[in-house]
Amino acid sequence: MTLESLERADGASTTASPPAGPTRPRRSRPGWVPYLPYLIPGAVGFAVVIGIPFVQNVILSFQKWKGGMAPHHWVGLENYTNLLADEQFWTSFRNSISMIVAMVVVPTLIGLVLASVLFDYLGKTFGSRSAAVLRATYYLPQILPVAVAGVLWNWILNAQTGAVNEVLRSWGVENPPNWLGSPTTAMPSVMLVLVWVQIGYPVVVFMSALQRVDPELYEAAELDGAGWWRRFKAITIPQIRPETFVVVLTCTVAALKVFGPIYVLTRGGPESSTLVPSYYSYLNFFDKSKVGYGAAVANVLTLVIVIVAALILIMQARYERREEGR
Amino acid sequence: MATATLPAPAAAAKNRSRHHRGTARWVVLALAVLVAVAMLVPFLIMLLNAFKSPADYSQNGPLSFPHEFYTEGVKNFWTRVNFPQKLVNSIWISGAVAIAGTLLSLFNAYAIGVGRVKGRLWIVTLFLLATMLPQEALIYPLFTMASDVGLSNSPWSVIIIFTVIQSAFGTYLLSSVLGTFPKALLEAAALDGASRWQVLWKVVFPVVRPTLSVLMIFFFIWTWNEFFIPLVMLTTNDTQTIPVALASLQGDRMMDAPTTNAGALVSLVPAVIFFLLFQRTLTRGVTAGSVK
Repeated sequence: MTLESLERADGASTTASPPAGPTRPRRSRPGWVPYLPYLIPGAVGFAVVIGIPFVQNVILSFQKWKGGMAPHHWVGLENYTNLLADEQFWTSFRNSISMIVAMVVVPTLIGLVLASVLFDYLGKTFGSRSAAVLRATYYLPQILPVAVAGVLWNWILNAQTGAVNEVLRSWGVENPPNWLGSPTTAMPSVMLVLVWVQIGYPVVVFMSALQRVDPELYEAAELDGAGWWRRFKAITIPQIRPETFVVVLTCTVAALKVFGPIYVLTRGGPESSTLVPSYYSYLNFFDKSKVGYGAAVANVLTLVIVIVAALILIMQARYERREEGR
Repeated sequence: MATATLPAPAAAAKNRSRHHRGTARWVVLALAVLVAVAMLVPFLIMLLNAFKSPADYSQNGPLSFPHEFYTEGVKNFWTRVNFPQKLVNSIWISGAVAIAGTLLSLFNAYAIGVGRVKGRLWIVTLFLLATMLPQEALIYPLFTMASDVGLSNSPWSVIIIFTVIQSAFGTYLLSSVLGTFPKALLEAAALDGASRWQVLWKVVFPVVRPTLSVLMIFFFIWTWNEFFIPLVMLTTNDTQTIPVALASLQGDRMMDAPTTNAGALVSLVPAVIFFLLFQRTLTRGVTAGSVK
């Protein structure tokens, strides 16, 4: 929705604004100048909270610094070259792929099916109220603070006192797995929690997207004898492609940035099996007092996010052009 | 277009799907309900065990109904965390950010969308990039900066930071909304001799008010749920927000099963209440925005 409207704003701006050329600025005071004061608070805030800190962080990444009063040592690219040989650094980015699977791929696919089933099938056969109730239930985990969700799941999956293992033991399982505490099960457990947290978001976005699809498309398809699966493939998916891109973009960025759930569930452990870049950066900043190194990790993460987001936006633009070409 | 791409497998298929529908629809409903139950189970387990005594828990496990209505867990958590204080902290920080962030977004978007300042595409792109920035890439300089100006461990540092961070998204969204603002309204106001300030508050503000209220609710919820920056910036117990306070109790010996569950329950109640209160506004605002 937002990306679409930005496109619209872009389109409008190119037609409304004069071509940037040497002729224009010579005119006396263009109409936009009096609006500049309104940008001052935003510009100051942006500079103080985002611009300057970001530049400082880049500078920090070229230094060795233990924080506080310790001296800064200029080391050039050393932090970055060290990263390349750092096994934990690579592990953290490999784990980011698991985060994308758990926060983007699985929720988007399930969300597409659920939204379409609720809207195009259950809503029609059982009334839209039942669909609304189901949708609200799927959305529930989204409204609670992710740290709270993490604390709850941390207990549920706890090896000794957790709900899952208590139940397993009462069913006679001798040695139930240490879900979050063993390197083999920790990542799948974290992924499960993240899927649970994320699923409501695509369902809600896709259902509201479906509302703007012309119902006649569905009616015509139904008259032609197209079953749910046919309508899903031929109408639902293509019609809500813009929203799908928005969901994929926002969730991918969120998956690359994920910190809170990891902090409360596993702290990156055991044996780095759930370490993610943001947590690794935090660890270097505040635990290992390797500020320059942590800054370098954060900068690489920034770069990766920007590249991935740009790729998704380019893909979207290409799809849109192809649609227009049809 | 869509119908053209559909091959029309005649009446046979139609009959089959109609015939199928009798039982199939119940299967589909059952599956959808099953997913809903799976989503609810953690909440139900939490509710069951928040009011169960530790002895009852270790004897009868997590799935049994509590034998007596045990409220020590809630009391433990409430006093240990000093919950009212955390609640006030969270409300103060999120409320201030919601208002200041929306105002800042409105100013930015007024200049970009209505004023059409030069280089606005670059400005919007910059804000969009800012929304993608991981907070780790800002936190250390912000942390140092806050202690330099005497705002370390102060809610003000968190309020200022989130006002700007949230307004990056707000500006991006509002700019495209105001970019399509009806020209006629603006011109009529200008003819009446209204200043830019008056146009903003008397013409633009009333029209975009639904969008602004949605933005405000989003900012409140997002700030409420934020974890990383409050965790780093608010270093002592008395300044912490609810999520940070709950997370920092992890591993504490007093956090037995009932206390953990009671803590999670108490911590999510404000979020749920807030959501229920404003759910109407949210849906109304979103549709009002999209219809226009």
